[in-house]
Amino acid sequence: MNDDLVKLKEGEEPLFYRKVSRRTMLGGAATAALVLVQSAAGKVVQAGLPEAAFTAADPTKIQGLPPGEAGQKSPFEQLVRLPSDTSSRTPLQDLHGMITPSDLHFERHHAGIPAIDPAKYELVIHGMVEKPMVFKLADLKRFPAVSRICFLECSGNFRTGRENMTPQEICGLTSQSEWTGVKLSTLFREVGVKPKATWFLAEGSDAAVMTRSIPVRKGWDDALIVYGQNGEAIRPAQGYPARLLLPGWEGNTSVKWLRRIELSDQPFMTREETSKYSEPVRDGKIRQFSFEMDARSIITFPAYPTQLDKGWVEIRGIAWSGRGKIRQVEVSTDAGKSWQCARLQEPVLDKAHTVFRHLWEWRGGATEIMSRATDETGYVQPTLAQLLAARGEDMGGYHLNPITTFVLKRDGQVLFKPETWR
Amino acid sequence: MLSVPNFLKRVRGSGNRSLLLLMPLLLLFACRSRDAAIEELQNSRDAAAIAETEDWPATFGFGKAATASQIALLDTDVRPDGRGLPVGSGDVVTGRKLYAAKCAACHGATGTEGPFDKLVTAAGARGNNGKTIGTYWPYATTLYDYINRAMPFNAPGSLTPDEVYSLTAYLLHANNILPADAVMTAQSLPQVQMPAKERFITDDRKGGAEVR
Ligand code: HEC
Repeated sequence: MNDDLVKLKEGEEPLFYRKVSRRTMLGGAATAALVLVQSAAGKVVQAGLPEAAFTAADPTKIQGLPPGEAGQKSPFEQLVRLPSDTSSRTPLQDLHGMITPSDLHFERHHAGIPAIDPAKYELVIHGMVEKPMVFKLADLKRFPAVSRICFLECSGNFRTGRENMTPQEICGLTSQSEWTGVKLSTLFREVGVKPKATWFLAEGSDAAVMTRSIPVRKGWDDALIVYGQNGEAIRPAQGYPARLLLPGWEGNTSVKWLRRIELSDQPFMTREETSKYSEPVRDGKIRQFSFEMDARSIITFPAYPTQLDKGWVEIRGIAWSGRGKIRQVEVSTDAGKSWQCARLQEPVLDKAHTVFRHLWEWRGGATEIMSRATDETGYVQPTLAQLLAARGEDMGGYHLNPITTFVLKRDGQVLFKPETWR
Repeated sequence: MLSVPNFLKRVRGSGNRSLLLLMPLLLLFACRSRDAAIEELQNSRDAAAIAETEDWPATFGFGKAATASQIALLDTDVRPDGRGLPVGSGDVVTGRKLYAAKCAACHGATGTEGPFDKLVTAAGARGNNGKTIGTYWPYATTLYDYINRAMPFNAPGSLTPDEVYSLTAYLLHANNILPADAVMTAQSLPQVQMPAKERFITDDRKGGAEVR
């Protein structure tokens, strides 16, 4: 943020605004926009301006803002995440396209966001390696770099129970970025991982000192150590200055604020792969190391709280799979009786949110709409009942990817159809 | 794959019967060629990955050798076989006192009351409330590792090895796994058998048609 940021004082006039309409916008929310004002010292500074200032009667009759150092969202756009004590959810229903703006990427952490000085950052790789090494951030950046777009999803990403739930509330713990960094295989090569090493421990430097055991295979396959997100440094909530990124795998394994990797020939059985991030399934069993995120999709429009008008509707949503590409998305507008193929927006990428669209004419009848994803392994997104049948009554809350249904009322109201199992 | 649904619609709309009859064939063809394309892509990607490192130097030489003391400072993890456990010991009585002083405020006087995670299973607890150390944790060593690493939540990393051994002993006793006179050390802790261990299976989902 700009150090010079000040609030517009009583009676102080913005430099580039003369005519200000009194009309309140957006229900009169008191958010301020940024404009340039002449400070007492004669310096031009950025200042908060009441939104009312933006309703200048005719923008063609007044000079606009000059170029600035860092861009701002339009004050008309109010996109926010939905925070709880331990996470914050992406407003899926408000986004366009396949990339989640970095400031809206979901957050989940176990002991808050640590403040890390990038100049002091170090990553130690040791254990079953030929040469235990320590890399500074600048070292990581010197290695051959790669970028890829992929989704990141928390494995506990399903909420239900109320009709008035938005896609953000139902499954807002999934987001997508373009990530840039060094392949873990490049570092494995550099330290000389021993052939007998089968697992590695990834450890973060937050107050939870988060740890997960990861099969070495994933490290050779497509794991990255990333320092870039959507063109800039990764955000503090995303692991600044560097994190592990395991495409397609449950978010918790992509350990943030990564400080240490230890190669081993057995898993470490940390709390986050035993007590947590494991799920009860049939016959009293508990499933562990459930890494891949199964294929899933959700309609983001029309969804609660949309008030739908009769006529042509482009049903929109996202689909993704931790096992590869999305092969097809089907949409039903008659409560699951029949399904039509939706159009997939290119590019359809490996382990990435894929945008789908389906044109439909709504004639005003009550119905239910839903989407169903199929990935390149042939896996078809199941219903909650199918998941329950496969996993049993004690089914845990992780890795739930059921078909999500929205109920469309005659009056155009769109409601989530909450199915529960406990 | 984009063209298939579009194409379908167009054909239906036009009412062209011969094309309609061809549809299943075309669809099959479209899917086949797409799978082949994916496979090709996969192979070329792997080939590219190999080709990419072919002209790389044996080492880039970035970074420094990590010293033993540098590693020791960070390397506190404890494995199921006991590797990583430090020298020290702790007992149930000491653990109970430490628990009352440093843990009870957040986990409840007897570990069943909360407000945060329940550490002892209350009688009749079901669902998530039944997922506690005595009923859900497969390894006793994890308890040492986690308490040492992350607890108490308001002062992580502040406990001595003896304190962590004592708290571990107390919590295992409170969960009916250890007797009241148990002493935990680097030797005894890995020997503790946890009731939930036999319940754990490795992920058996593998994509494809089956829902698991
Ligand atoms: C300020 C509150 C607070 C205090 C004090 C505290 N804890 Fe915790 N404890 C938590 C929270 C919050 C969690 C859950 C953290 C998470 O999920 O990442 C937790 C989790 C745990 C767990 C894991 C439970 C499970 O089933 O996965 C154990 C074990 C634990 N604490 C032990 C202790 C011990 C032993 C002490 C005392 C030395 C202690 N805690 C003190 C807040 C506290």
